[in-house]
Amino acid sequence: MTIVTSSYRYCHVTVMALDESAPRRRPACEVVGALPNRNGGDGAQPQWGTTMLDAYAQMRRTTLALAALGFIASTGAALAVDFTGAGASFPAPVYTAWGADYKAKAGSALNYQSIGSGGGQKQILARTVDFGASDAPMETKQLTDGKLLQFPTVIGSVVMIVNLEGVKPNELKLDGATLADIYLGKIAKWNDPAIVKLNPDVKLPDLAIQPVYRSDGSGTTYVYTSYLSEISADWKAKAGASTSVSWPAGNGAKGNDGVAGAVKNAKGAIGYVEYVYAASNGLTTTKLANKAGKFVEPTVASFQAAAANADWKNAKDFAASMIDTAGDATWPIVSATFILLPKDPKDTAASLEVMKFFDWAYKDGGAVAEKLHYIPLPTAVQDEVRKAWKAEIKDASGAPVLK
Amino acid sequence: MTDQTLSSPSDFAASTPPSIFRGGKQAADATFRWALFACGALVLVVLGAILIQLFFGGLPILVAEGLDFFTSSDWNPVTERYGAVVMLYGTLVTAVIAVVIGVPVSFGIAFFLTEVAPIPVRRPIGTAIQLLAAVPSIIFGMWGFFVVAPLMAEWVEPAIAAVLGPIPLIGILFSGPPLGTGILTAGLILALMIVPFMSAMFVEIIESVPGVLKEAAYGVGSTTAEVFRHVSVPYGRTALVGGIMLGLGRALGETMAVTFVIGNANRIKASLFAPGASIASTIANEFPEAGPGSLKLNALLELGFTLFVISFLVLALARWLVKSRLD
Repeated sequence: MTIVTSSYRYCHVTVMALDESAPRRRPACEVVGALPNRNGGDGAQPQWGTTMLDAYAQMRRTTLALAALGFIASTGAALAVDFTGAGASFPAPVYTAWGADYKAKAGSALNYQSIGSGGGQKQILARTVDFGASDAPMETKQLTDGKLLQFPTVIGSVVMIVNLEGVKPNELKLDGATLADIYLGKIAKWNDPAIVKLNPDVKLPDLAIQPVYRSDGSGTTYVYTSYLSEISADWKAKAGASTSVSWPAGNGAKGNDGVAGAVKNAKGAIGYVEYVYAASNGLTTTKLANKAGKFVEPTVASFQAAAANADWKNAKDFAASMIDTAGDATWPIVSATFILLPKDPKDTAASLEVMKFFDWAYKDGGAVAEKLHYIPLPTAVQDEVRKAWKAEIKDASGAPVLK
Repeated sequence: MTDQTLSSPSDFAASTPPSIFRGGKQAADATFRWALFACGALVLVVLGAILIQLFFGGLPILVAEGLDFFTSSDWNPVTERYGAVVMLYGTLVTAVIAVVIGVPVSFGIAFFLTEVAPIPVRRPIGTAIQLLAAVPSIIFGMWGFFVVAPLMAEWVEPAIAAVLGPIPLIGILFSGPPLGTGILTAGLILALMIVPFMSAMFVEIIESVPGVLKEAAYGVGSTTAEVFRHVSVPYGRTALVGGIMLGLGRALGETMAVTFVIGNANRIKASLFAPGASIASTIANEFPEAGPGSLKLNALLELGFTLFVISFLVLALARWLVKSRLD
């Protein structure tokens, strides 16, 4: 896609080259006029053949030049700078929606490739895109080595879904320790005393629990396993936190829809998906216990509480943890998704456009994000990010790109 | 008048590039030959480049893990320990299940189409099999996940467990909770995917059996089944084995369909109902999130290299078997 973008950017160069070559060629009408000569008899065969080829080439060139000119006229709002990004699939819907709105307003188009966080990191380190996107924050050393600035855009959360007959959405109560034991294979039946103790009012069947996890490496798994590791020392020792881990029990399914499908397929299954996905598909979610010991429902308000309670001040590279934060109304599994922007952009115009885009998204994109079930960033954090842009993104001469 | 609009011949000569229309036969022939040579060389260059890339991409994991990579069943991205045994096991077992189920079915189809089926039926069935071969593997995967897996969990696996479960030794293969997705389901879907290829090849082979031989066998009073068993199959034996090997090769490398139904667990269980992982499914699952320069990426590239070698060996064996028949 970068190729496409760069040809957009430099298309005026192509047109100039065409203009230069045009006068040396005969106009197409003269060539047509030459055709009857063949019947005259003294025009040699090869000459006729080349004339036709010439005419064809001329026509092609004219068409191309016209198309290129037409293209310039259509996008020619002069200052429009298209920019490309690649990476995390979790925020892809909101980036795409923002991109469409931004194009309508500013004329610059965003081309975002949802290829996964690892792919986003690879592409931005190789500088084949203008920005990368990643669910899991990168390590400080990697960021320094790759000369990247990392900042969050929106906040998402992970919720639990179950397939239990007669259990209504948000009726079942679970806590982190129980979840860890389920995914460790230690709790194998739904009527296990640990679950019954949390749910005295729910009738739980004597049914095997089938834990389902994401088989593909994903930011969702990173957030979920971070939560389990935070709560359970046992989980931390046996599995740990990563975009994919060595699962002690259960079945893997590909993608959010795969997990939802697998849970729907098997009675007694439990899985974890992004809230965005659960909300738009009406899945049977559960309550979870937070740090304060309260059982909370997965709602936008409880996610916002987590974002508000996170320690943004002391977080390095804006990677504030929103896992199991304090507060009565806080949902325990919440995380931000990040953008990676080169501190030494080669194409300063595109880099500037990226910052303008996210500045606009912070200011005016909140409503669109919420409609898609994402949580906008707290405004204090947004201001910190703006400061970081001015201080850290510099052009070749060392002057800040964003003034 | 028309001559006026034409430029002089010398003007033409100066303005037109050399063309194959005027270049004479020799030049055209040489160009053509070089173009063909380039096409042939391209295959070798691409193949070599892939092999070299995979080998050097996977080298760091061999340095880090040594041969443990091929003997350890521990695949843990958190501790960065990578062993390929689970994937090797899953790849080989699913492919073998596919062949065990697929070969008799393909034989049946081929025999039916060549010997038994009434002529008007042959074409529709033959076309249907070819259509089955054209179904994209992701469709097989989705169908397997949303339709076959629930059926397996609800009906097939409990029935198999009830019948074969109590038998000593074999019973272990069919024990454990029926989850729907797992090694057995993956093997079954793979069987469906390789049947069209194998039966198409089998039809070709059986049709190549000289009519005289079959007529002679019928002449001495053989039944249709006897002709098939004692004439057609022995005549094309090595080619049939070659066809099976090609089916096996395809089953080894199949990715998307397997990823959907194999259950994706980095564990080896004796039961065929249990979830597992294959080389291709692991690469499909983990590659998008394998960080640049990470050991995980090296491990995945080494897995790819291993699969390349396995497939190469299978294909080489198939070629050798088919060739020995032709000699």
